Amino acid sequence: MTFINYASREINCKIVYYGPGLGGKTTNLQYIYSKTAPEAKGKMISLATETDRTLFFDFLPLDLGSIRGFTTRFHLYTVPGQVFYDASRKLILKGVDGVAFVADSQEERMDANIESIRNLDENLREQGFDLQTIPYVLQFNKRDLPSALPVDVMYRALNFKREPTFEAVASEGIGVFDTLKAVAKQILVELRRQ
Amino acid sequence: MPANELVLYQEEFQRLENSLRQLRQDASARAVFVFDKSGQQIAAAGETDQFDTTSLASLTAGNVAATDGLAKLIGEREFSTLHHEGQRDHMHISIVGKRAILLVIFDERSSLGLVRLRVKRSSVEMEKIFEEMQEKGTRAADGQAPASPFAEITDEDIDALFSE
Ligand SMILES: Nc1nc2c(ncn2[C@@H]2O[C@H](COP(=O)(O)OP(=O)(O)O)[C@@H](O)[C@H]2O)c(=O)[nH]1
Ligand SMILES: [Mg+2]
Repeated sequence: MTFINYASREINCKIVYYGPGLGGKTTNLQYIYSKTAPEAKGKMISLATETDRTLFFDFLPLDLGSIRGFTTRFHLYTVPGQVFYDASRKLILKGVDGVAFVADSQEERMDANIESIRNLDENLREQGFDLQTIPYVLQFNKRDLPSALPVDVMYRALNFKREPTFEAVASEGIGVFDTLKAVAKQILVELRRQ
Repeated sequence: MPANELVLYQEEFQRLENSLRQLRQDASARAVFVFDKSGQQIAAAGETDQFDTTSLASLTAGNVAATDGLAKLIGEREFSTLHHEGQRDHMHISIVGKRAILLVIFDERSSLGLVRLRVKRSSVEMEKIFEEMQEKGTRAADGQAPASPFAEITDEDIDALFSE
């Protein structure tokens, strides 16, 4: 939910990283955290299991600078990807302003990608949002792996509204900031339109 | 789309802070906070510099959301209050209106009974402030109140954000 605070001259937005389990959502946030100046970020919180799988969410607050005298702050969340955590995913979508979908490029994860987009569509709808109109970008992650599908194959299977799409190797930081910028931009443009 | 924007003007902010300050005093609490259900801090009073307030906001909202989910699972509409008891410090969490969360952190200088009583009283007042915020927001959308500063942002403004 976009929160415009005239008293403290701040604007706060919420971005959710969505996608199948082990696709690289947490890795995206970790990279952003590691590359952001200390004064521009808060604590990164990870509610994870002992084996480092996201249990509830990861959370990273980020200051991007100011627009027209308003400090612009983005709250980045990831969801747990495993199918049985659906109840948690719904909760994290509350008040979302934009979604970055992290797809796993490995051929054997294609079904999981498609299922996860379908799940996103359904869960957004339940919260009163529409995937067709919400700020949304697509990331093809793990481009470094030998079993990665060709980009055009993935594009045809996963891109459904010509949303901005980025190739990424999140573990090396490639494509991570492009993805974040693209979704943040869409949110700000949407704000202007309202 | 749901009402996905919350606009807080100086006037309502001041009133919220006043009522939080009053609550903190009446309840002898260490600190009191109002968060939005999506995890953002709206206002606070008391020893706020003792806490990582951004993390508190996010985790409290997560806690409330999970508890809401639990309530629905057993056929309850909601659990309207939550209480966490620690060795020294305790938390009292409650819902104000439709979208706000009130968090009170207190220690042995206060008690659960006192906090409960005072929270109940100030919730009524805060609910009123939130209703008025909502109304003002709707009027702004109709062009009757000051327009958002973002109505006129340019592509250059947006690009400048990312040119680190
Ligand atoms: N080879 C490769 N591994 C990656 C990449 N991004 C993430 N990983 C690894 O994939 C695993 C799962 O990543 P994680 O971020 O936890 O996935 P999440 O479940 O979506 O949060 C971890 O072991 C990461 O190091 C990538 O671009 N290439
Ligand atoms: Mg994860």
